[in-house]
Amino acid sequence: MPLIEIKNASKGYGYNGNRSEVLKDINLSLEEGEFVVIVGYSGSGKSTLINLISGLVKPDSGEATIEGKKITEPGPDRGLVFQNYSLLPWLNVTENIALAVDEVFKDWTKEQRKEHVKKYIDMVKLTPAAHKLPKELSGGMRQRVSVARTLAMMPKVLLLDEPLSALDALTRATIQDEISEIWRENLTTVLWITNDPDEALLLADRVIPLLPTSPAATLGEPILVDLERPRDRKTLNHDPKFKKLRAQLINTLLDAKGKSKSKTSVKLSLPDILPEDLTTVNSLEFLNRRGPKRRSDNKREEVEVAV
Amino acid sequence: MQHLLHKYKLDALFLPLAAILVTCLFWYLVAGKSVITEKVDDFGDKIKVTKREGLSADLPTPVETWTASKLYITEPFAKRGELDQGILRFTWESLVLVAQGYAIALIIGTPIGFFLGLSKKFTMAFDPLIQVLRPVSPLAWLPLGMILFSGVKIVNGDGRTTFGASDAAALFTIAVCAMWPTVMNTAVGVRAVPVDYLNVAKVLKLSKWKTLWKVLVPATLPYMFTGFRLSLGIAWLVIVAVEMLTGRPGVGGFLWQQYNANSYAHIILCILTIGVIGYILDRLMSVIEGRFKTA
Repeated sequence: MPLIEIKNASKGYGYNGNRSEVLKDINLSLEEGEFVVIVGYSGSGKSTLINLISGLVKPDSGEATIEGKKITEPGPDRGLVFQNYSLLPWLNVTENIALAVDEVFKDWTKEQRKEHVKKYIDMVKLTPAAHKLPKELSGGMRQRVSVARTLAMMPKVLLLDEPLSALDALTRATIQDEISEIWRENLTTVLWITNDPDEALLLADRVIPLLPTSPAATLGEPILVDLERPRDRKTLNHDPKFKKLRAQLINTLLDAKGKSKSKTSVKLSLPDILPEDLTTVNSLEFLNRRGPKRRSDNKREEVEVAV
Repeated sequence: MQHLLHKYKLDALFLPLAAILVTCLFWYLVAGKSVITEKVDDFGDKIKVTKREGLSADLPTPVETWTASKLYITEPFAKRGELDQGILRFTWESLVLVAQGYAIALIIGTPIGFFLGLSKKFTMAFDPLIQVLRPVSPLAWLPLGMILFSGVKIVNGDGRTTFGASDAAALFTIAVCAMWPTVMNTAVGVRAVPVDYLNVAKVLKLSKWKTLWKVLVPATLPYMFTGFRLSLGIAWLVIVAVEMLTGRPGVGGFLWQQYNANSYAHIILCILTIGVIGYILDRLMSVIEGRFKTA
């Protein structure tokens, strides 16, 4: 039996007249210990898809199950790593992780919990920063805290919603490697969502494209990534197998986009989520902000790709 | 010169001083001056007649104000009679009353703010009521307080009333008037808690109680303290009106009594005291606000 299963799930927002369908006929199954990456365009419903599993979103039809049980609400057995980290800014690194640990492992002794928190801070190499507040950390460090907080709950599945899109390319590469390593050591099940095909192929056992068909997105044929681990990004770039998979994945995504709209070009948004500016954390601006900020909101950055 | 000013930030000292001096000069020009003339009266005796002249003849000059107020400032805690005390003693009386009323305002206002922020239905139900009651002046609330608490009377051992209807009405008025900024700011703060933080609470399956104390309250604190600070400002505004109407000893009561006694210099003393204390309270709150800033 697969660990996680989504059967014929559909989801849309809004009511009659003003309704937009987001996901249609989603079927997905995750085996235990598998590392699956879903790749899709920005705004194609990736977050909605992962939230069907996290329980923050309920499907309109169909169902999502974990170990055969229907998912109705969020729970600590499904660890969700948020796109913009969502660390509580008034708690330091240790306290942020302890909040999760204290809640999930209530029956442990204080010492056990303390030890557990320490272990996970160590795992993401943040022991020297254990008493720092999120605003004192770099974007990459914040995301590592977020990962540690989620892993410390010892979830059955780790759900990562574009976890690295707020980071610069170099930090991103480092953290990709780190999470990949943590996964190989712990062998938890991972569902990772991204808009970066390279990232997908580098990490996954199986890559599933989320195709922006009209009116709602649906999952395409999975691509098995049978590249040997550990994967080295330097040699991988010249690996013919990797090149082939990459071409296949990108073509699938571009074809779907081409079909969904009768356009001669495709607009790809760059992965451009900006880290939260925690220096303004006490201002109206911070509290009134809506969702993660994207660089394209500031610059209207778009890339045109001829098809 | 310019260099020195800049180096020691002396302009920050001299510019306000200059402004104060200009204001005092203006005050002096407007104020009345005593003019003493000698006159021969009907009986043939020489008498001195003091007359006040000037734009605003009754307004005392800065120097007269100082001479008349000196005693109250140099002996700030003296008690010569119920309505003749050092200025800080009066201020203390007012501050105690404000503290009590302000505490009541916060204790009632904060939870109301939370309910308004958390529940749409509660907001729909109570928002019109709050919007109508909010702009009502303290002068209007006080008589209602008097009626509401007309039965209140706490008597001490020797038969003197220690807490009567007017005290209760005073507290009521301060609390009702000072409450609104706390209510509104807390509500806005709770509504502005980022969804992300609430999602974290949901994913961790925090209990309602824990979500409140670990997520909602810390995330709302900066807003709450802005409300607290504004509330304190209003409480301090209201106290003067309340003391005037109830005749309680205090800085506002003293002001009104001295007006009735034609002792105009003391009015200015009271106004300055009220202003300075208000400023100090605001600074204090802003320091506390800074301490509680999360993140």
